[in-house]
Amino acid sequence: MSLFDHTIKELETMLHNKEITVQDLVEESYKRIEEVDGQVNAFLTLDKENALAKAKVLDEHPDATAKLFGIPGGIKDNIMTKGLRTTCASQFLDNFNDPLYDATVVEKLNNEQTIAVGKLNMDEFAMGSSNENSSYAAAKNPWNTDYVPGGSSGGSAAAVAAGEVLYSLGSDTGGSIRQPAAFCGVVGMKPTYGRVSRFGLVAFASSLDQVGPITRTVEDNARVLEVIAGHDKMDTTSANLEVPAYTEALTGDVKGLKIAVPKEYLAEGIAPEVRESVLEALKVYESLGATWEEVSIPHSKYAVAAYYLISSSEASANLARFDGVRYGVRSENADNMIDMFKKSRSEGFGPEVKRRIMLGTFALSSGYYDAYYKKAQQVRTLIKNDFDKIFEEYDVIIGPTSPTTAFKLGEKIDDPLTMYADDILTVPVNLAGVPGISIPCGFSPEGLPIGLQIIGKHFDESTVYRTAHAFEQATDYHTKRPQLGGAN
Amino acid sequence: MAEITKAQVEHVAHLARLAVTDEEVEHLAKDLRAIIDYAEQLNELDTEGIEPTTHVLDLKNIMRKDESKEWITQGDALRNAPDHKDGQFRVPSIMADN
Repeated sequence: MSLFDHTIKELETMLHNKEITVQDLVEESYKRIEEVDGQVNAFLTLDKENALAKAKVLDEHPDATAKLFGIPGGIKDNIMTKGLRTTCASQFLDNFNDPLYDATVVEKLNNEQTIAVGKLNMDEFAMGSSNENSSYAAAKNPWNTDYVPGGSSGGSAAAVAAGEVLYSLGSDTGGSIRQPAAFCGVVGMKPTYGRVSRFGLVAFASSLDQVGPITRTVEDNARVLEVIAGHDKMDTTSANLEVPAYTEALTGDVKGLKIAVPKEYLAEGIAPEVRESVLEALKVYESLGATWEEVSIPHSKYAVAAYYLISSSEASANLARFDGVRYGVRSENADNMIDMFKKSRSEGFGPEVKRRIMLGTFALSSGYYDAYYKKAQQVRTLIKNDFDKIFEEYDVIIGPTSPTTAFKLGEKIDDPLTMYADDILTVPVNLAGVPGISIPCGFSPEGLPIGLQIIGKHFDESTVYRTAHAFEQATDYHTKRPQLGGAN
Repeated sequence: MAEITKAQVEHVAHLARLAVTDEEVEHLAKDLRAIIDYAEQLNELDTEGIEPTTHVLDLKNIMRKDESKEWITQGDALRNAPDHKDGQFRVPSIMADN
């Protein structure tokens, strides 16, 4: 049994009782990375020397009040870490070795004495659903390395599933935490828009992006969110609301909970084994005293189109900052400044990033703005209204996280629209700005994990966690481990 | 089928400050046509009088005092720069030299 089969709370007790040291935990992390990361490609950069040095210091100065004392975690590579290379998995930032500041979430983690062991692989600039858009090497699914881990936070989900770290941070613009969590059989939370500061998260689509935790258990997840959530004066879109003690919401009690199940989430296009697992999960909730009813999100079929217009438009503006002037890789083949901008960007960005910048620039360009961008934002209102209406009567919405289990590497890479269409169950949540979690709820006949998505009201992560935790306690999917490297 | 010409793709690429090869222009035109065609389904919806959502939270403009603060030094700001001189970012000439 690995030390990482324990929860953070258990490890806290073990550390406190001196059964283990922080150095044991950090060494365990790097040992596991050495064993399996050649197969999984979850990490882009390691910070071993600093992490081991910090572990030694923490062992000398135990702090029982720090919420993540000595716990090894990994950070998605689009989250700024002071002095530690941050590439967004893009060649454009290949030489960005010396970021000037920590993202607020990283600062908050550090205040609670965690140890960041390294930076995690992703689709370039968080654009993608398979991790194949990483400009380095595609991360692989620990359950079967012929399959994708999902994306864009594929490295974040794979690292936790493979037992390389106890938790990771991901970012979710259209499903980028929940879908890889589902594909890798772990717990991934996208908090309410505004719950977590985006300061230091390299912006993709600013009205949709949120940072959130990926863990093996709901309890660990709630603990990490407690640490990273909260208002930040550096991000004026972060909500000035108190952060509840999410771990205290995990009562196991869902008696009387009213669950809405959108019929669109179990319709045609959802793989039979996924639908079956979700229906089984609903039976578990019934046995725990909750009730469920079928509802409708009538505009959900328009969510993918609205999402790609809005997110690509925002991305085209956000990625304008990558111009080769202040940081990043500058083209050496340019003879004037405009040419330098163009060549640096074209040499530095991969095909998917260029495609989205082009789509976004087109949708925002003169003569098309009203037809595409504004129209998409109006449809966003309709989708948000659909959610508001359901939440007048129900506590949570439950459905699958993704229409299928993980697909094979290379299977969808040549067809962007097919890849986009798979986001149908996750993007409405970002458009509405509500919180959503993915937790393991079964396995396909090929042994690949299936994710259950639980969606809550704005700023009601507590109910989402309580609902997720009750299911986890009643089942054992979260205790299953992938067989990697033969060492499990 | 949405009509997106190669000339349009080249224009948009210029706006986006991307250098594209002829081959890329063809690919991008095809991809953009497919994506825009897909997006046309939004026209099935009557959105007359529907307010666009730019932001899900009910936020108003948030103002702060315009005060200078310690942030990073000039030296720090130049640390990751591809090229700099005399404490400034240096770029290739703005007008082409010939």
